[in-house]
Amino acid sequence: MMNLTQITNGEIDEIISVIRHNYGYDFGDYARASFHRRVVRCMDQAGIQSFFDLRYALTNDQTFFSWFLQNLTVNVTEMFRDPVFYKSLRTTVIPILASYPTIKIWHAGCATGEEVFSMAILLHEAGLLERTRLYGTDLNPANLERARQGIVPMQHMKDYTANYLQSGGQSDFSTYYTARYDHAIFHKELRRNIVFSQHNLVTDQVFNEFQLVCCRNVLIYFNRRLQNQVCRLLTDSLAPLGYLAIGMKESLMFTDVRQQFDVVDAVCRIYRRKT
Amino acid sequence: MASFDIIAIGGSAGSIPIVSELLEALPGTFQYAVIIVLHRLKNVYSEMNRVLATPHKGTYIREPDDKDLIQPNSVYLAPQNYHLLIEADRSFSLDYSELVNYSRPSIDVTFESVAGVYGSRALAVLLSGANDDGAAGMEAILASGGQGIVQDPATAAYSAMPRAAAERNPKALVLPPDGIIKFLSTNT
Repeated sequence: MMNLTQITNGEIDEIISVIRHNYGYDFGDYARASFHRRVVRCMDQAGIQSFFDLRYALTNDQTFFSWFLQNLTVNVTEMFRDPVFYKSLRTTVIPILASYPTIKIWHAGCATGEEVFSMAILLHEAGLLERTRLYGTDLNPANLERARQGIVPMQHMKDYTANYLQSGGQSDFSTYYTARYDHAIFHKELRRNIVFSQHNLVTDQVFNEFQLVCCRNVLIYFNRRLQNQVCRLLTDSLAPLGYLAIGMKESLMFTDVRQQFDVVDAVCRIYRRKT
Repeated sequence: MASFDIIAIGGSAGSIPIVSELLEALPGTFQYAVIIVLHRLKNVYSEMNRVLATPHKGTYIREPDDKDLIQPNSVYLAPQNYHLLIEADRSFSLDYSELVNYSRPSIDVTFESVAGVYGSRALAVLLSGANDDGAAGMEAILASGGQGIVQDPATAAYSAMPRAAAERNPKALVLPPDGIIKFLSTNT
């Protein structure tokens, strides 16, 4: 790895300002430590040696910016990450969702969609998928393009199968996808009620009302101020008594909305809006 | 006045007994924070923080949440399946990005982050392991004025990791486990 000191904090500020000014994306309140790492990593991958070269490329080369944006944001995701979380959803949340005639679920910051596919499988197994609409949103258009194809690299399927079983899955996981060369394609019937669209948690607004909002391992990339702002957006997107799920090491502790929730599962960080 | 504000310990295969020994040897109270980064399995239930705890001293090992402030007299364990970074205000920041050196948490990532925030107030300790994670991070710690200790590869169950770090960083001290304990008791 490269030494992080090759680009200073002040230079990072300037990069953020160039991106904001030219392209409208605002990274000013992203968590600085990981953002700094991402910028250095992008420079490393692109063979850009100095801050000046980076600023020049960002200012003058739209194609470079598209690539930069795709690699700047973290797009890592897994199916059934934290199986214990999905187990808790199966036992505590899904039975309550079953009482609604139609169910709307939002995956905020869904990257390439693996968590949305996981949720679709849970709903299918509970017999609820038909009357559920799942919204997967992300900042990054390239992620959404991948997500819409329903394709997952085959190399991960062994891990995902283990996660699925640990989450309480009873079926043969391989019945949900077709293996093709080095990829698995999830069946269309699972994906029929999923809508993938672009949404920026920093700058966009509430767009619907949901019974469940999942925003797991997204808040970690924001500083406290932005976490607070985004948590307000997530809360405002929930129907009364709707559920909010965040990452297992994320916290509502430092946010204004913490009083508005009851804790459903303290370990898995599942909350329910009080009113 | 303690010499360090933070002691970052990295370990992989074969390191857990040594980590336990180091924690056992900690004084009753201390003015620095200890951060432990171990290569661990992901997506399995883990009680590693309890395995490492030394109850008779009341040392309580916590897996930090994102944004938790780093406190002195505390021992932290990097959570499974995240990289552990430090912000300039000395709070934790978690990151779920690509594996580094086939690992998440990666020792390099945490050491480099510690180096950037703590500079000469940082001590890094790298233990037994089977890949070369930690060597670049150790370099960053030393370059920022901190100190580095590598477990003597001859005493390590898996010598590849300490050997890689020692070869890359001639300025790091190479010590057997009891030497590391002695260093900690006289220099912190």
